[in-house]
Amino acid sequence: MTDTKNPQDLAPDTPPQDPGEGSESSGSGVHSIGDFFRVAEIDTRLLGMIAALAVIWIGFNILSGGTFLTSRNLWNLSVQTSVVAIMATGMVLVIVTRNIDLSVGSALAAVGMAMAILQAEILPDIFGIGSPWIWITTIIAGLILGAAIGLLQGAVVAYVGVPSFIVTLGGLLVWRGVAWWMASGRTIAPMDRTFQIFGGGARGTIGGTWTWIIGIAGCIGVVLLLWNRRRARIRVGFEPRPMWAEIMIGAVAIIAILGAVAVINSYPMPELLARRYAEENNIAWPEGGLTIPLGLATPVLVTIVVALLMNFVATRTRYGRYVYAIGGNPEAANLAGIKTRWTIVKTFMIMGLLVGIAAGVQIARLNAATSGLGTLTELYVIAAAVIGGTSLSGGVGTIPGAILGALVMQSLVSGMVLLGLDAPLQDIIVGIVLVVAVALDSWYRRRVSQ
Amino acid sequence: MTAPATQEPLVEMNNIKVAFGGVHAVDDVSVSVDAGEVLAIVGGNGAGKTTLIRTLSGAHPADSGEIKIDGKHVTINNPRDAKEFGVETIYQTLALAENQDAASNMFLGRELRSRWGTLDDTAMEDATRKMMARLNPKFQNFRVPVQSLSGGQRQSIAIAKALYFNARIIIMDEPTAALGPMETAQVAELIIQLKSEGIGIFLISHDIHDVFDLADRIAVMHTGNLAGIVNKADVTKDEVLAMIIMGKQASDVTESDLEELH
Repeated sequence: MTDTKNPQDLAPDTPPQDPGEGSESSGSGVHSIGDFFRVAEIDTRLLGMIAALAVIWIGFNILSGGTFLTSRNLWNLSVQTSVVAIMATGMVLVIVTRNIDLSVGSALAAVGMAMAILQAEILPDIFGIGSPWIWITTIIAGLILGAAIGLLQGAVVAYVGVPSFIVTLGGLLVWRGVAWWMASGRTIAPMDRTFQIFGGGARGTIGGTWTWIIGIAGCIGVVLLLWNRRRARIRVGFEPRPMWAEIMIGAVAIIAILGAVAVINSYPMPELLARRYAEENNIAWPEGGLTIPLGLATPVLVTIVVALLMNFVATRTRYGRYVYAIGGNPEAANLAGIKTRWTIVKTFMIMGLLVGIAAGVQIARLNAATSGLGTLTELYVIAAAVIGGTSLSGGVGTIPGAILGALVMQSLVSGMVLLGLDAPLQDIIVGIVLVVAVALDSWYRRRVSQ
Repeated sequence: MTAPATQEPLVEMNNIKVAFGGVHAVDDVSVSVDAGEVLAIVGGNGAGKTTLIRTLSGAHPADSGEIKIDGKHVTINNPRDAKEFGVETIYQTLALAENQDAASNMFLGRELRSRWGTLDDTAMEDATRKMMARLNPKFQNFRVPVQSLSGGQRQSIAIAKALYFNARIIIMDEPTAALGPMETAQVAELIIQLKSEGIGIFLISHDIHDVFDLADRIAVMHTGNLAGIVNKADVTKDEVLAMIIMGKQASDVTESDLEELH
C-alpha cells in the first residue's frame, strides 16, 4: 500500500474499500479466505495456534497408537497445564511492559514452602487439626507473600531503575535460597485435607453435574458477550459484524465448550474411588461397576477463573490499557500522564499474586513442598507466553494466547512422556519447538505488516 | 519590543532555567502568550526551544522560574498537571503508542469508562470518528495500530488528541516537519481556526519559513538564551534569520549581517 509509506497523505485519496485499508469491516464481499477472516474479525494468529495444537494432538495420537486423545490423557493434561498457565497470564503483562520475570520458579518454591510450613507445622497448633481456618489462612498468606515479592521486585525495577532481567535474576537465586533455608532442605508433608482439593487429586474435582453447569454458564456468557458487543456497535451506528459471522463464532465457541465438558466428563473415577463414593452416598454397587464422572479438576477451574479475570484486566480496564501503552511507547505513555512506574509495580505485584496461586496448586497437587519446587518453571512460563504470541520487545501479547502456549508446551511434554522419549531428548525437542515457534511468529508478523 | 498587553496574558513563563549537568539548556527565559495569539519560538538545533516548552507541558520540570496561567501562579510537575490547566502538547515525535489504535491513543490517560468502570471502547471509537471527520475526513483506519499508518494520518491523531479535551493552550513542536505541502496547509488552516477560538498557541520550529506567516510574535532562542521577542509586523524574515544565527537583538542586526547571510 502506498499510504503506509508515503507521508504526504493527511487526506489519502485511495478509496476506503481498498483491501489494504486494514480491519475496517466494510460491507465489501468475501472473495478469499483472508477476506473471510477479516470480515468476521477473527484473529488469524490465535487460529494458527489452535491449528498447531490440533496438529500436535493428532500427531501424538497417531504416534502413540491412540492413547493421546483419550479422556484420561486429556484430563491429566488439563491438570498438568494449570500451574504454568496460571503464571503465564501474568508473564504476558510483565513482558508486554518490556520487562521479564525470571524469578517465578524460585518465588513459587519460597511461597509454596511458606504455605506448606504454615499449614503443616504452625497453624494446626493454633486452630487445631482440620479447622477450615488452616486452608483459608494459608491461601491468604500465600497471596500476600507472592504480592509482596512482586512489590519488592517491581519497586526496584520501576523506582530504582535496575533492569528487570537483573532484579529477577537476583530473585531467582534469592528465593530459591530462602525456600531451602525456611525448612533447611526438608520436605514438608502432608498438606491440610481441605487444602489438597486445590491440587485436583482424587477429591479435587467438582463432579459431572457441576462441570455441565459451568459449561452451560460459559455458553450463555459467550452469547451474552457477542450480543452485548453487537448492540453497543449498533447503538453508535458502527457496522456490526455480519450476522452469519456472529452465529458462526458463537456456534464454534459453544461447540468447543460443550465438547470439552463432554470429554472431561467421559473420564470416570477409578474403581476404588467410585466404590468409596458409592458407599458414602449409599448407592448399591452394580454388577458392571459405576461410571461416575470426575468432572473438572479444581486447578483447571482455578486456571479458567484466573484466565477470565486476567483477560478482563488486560482488555477492559484502564490499567490493562496502560500496560499495553507502556509497552508500545513508554515515553508516550508518560507524556499522556500515565503513572508508568506505578503501573509496572502493579504488574509485578499481579505476577506475584499469580505465583501465590500457582504455588498453592502445586503443593496441593504434590501434597508436599520441597525447596526444589518449580525449578525451571520460569522458563516454561516465559516460553508459554512467547509461544502464545507475546513479543519480548513489548507491547504485544494476549492472555488466550498464553493459555494456548502453555497448552502447547504441556502437550509436547506429556506426549513425549507417553511415547517414552528420554528426558534429554524431550528437552532438545522443547527447545527447538520454542525457537521455531517464535521464528514462525516473527515471519508471520513481518508478512502482515507489509 | 512593544508594551505588554493591557490585560493579563493567558500564559506567562518567567525566568525559566533548566540545566542538564553543567549545561544551561534554558537560561533565564521569559515568554508569554495571550488568548488567540500565536507565539512562534524559533532557534537552531540545541537553542533550547523544546526544553523550554517541556517545562510548560510537564515533560520536564524547570529548575527555577515561574509559570502563570490567567495571572495565577501554577505548579506543573508532570503532564497530568499541565493537562489540568488546559495545556495540550503536540510533540515532534507525536508521542503515540504505536501498538494501539487511533481511539486508544486519543484517549490515552483519559479513557472513557462505562458505568461499571470498564473501558468504553465503543464510545471512544465513536468520539474519535467524529473528531477525525472534522480534521481528516478521509481517515478510515480506526481499528489498526497507528504504526501502520502514514505520517500524515499519525499527525492528525496527535492533533485530535490535543484538541478533543478543550485545550486553552496548545503547544506544537515542529508540527509540519514530517508533512507534505498539502497537509502543511491544512495545519496552517487549523491554527488560524484555533486562534479564532481564543486558544493561545506556542509554535516551535527551527525554520522561520515554516512559522513566519502564522505567528503574531516571534521569540528567538540562541544557545539557551532568549535573543529577543519581536512583533512579526516589525521585522522581515531575514532579520529573524540573523537573530537565529547570530543570537542578536533585532535592533542590533546590521545591514552587513544581512549581507553575510546571503
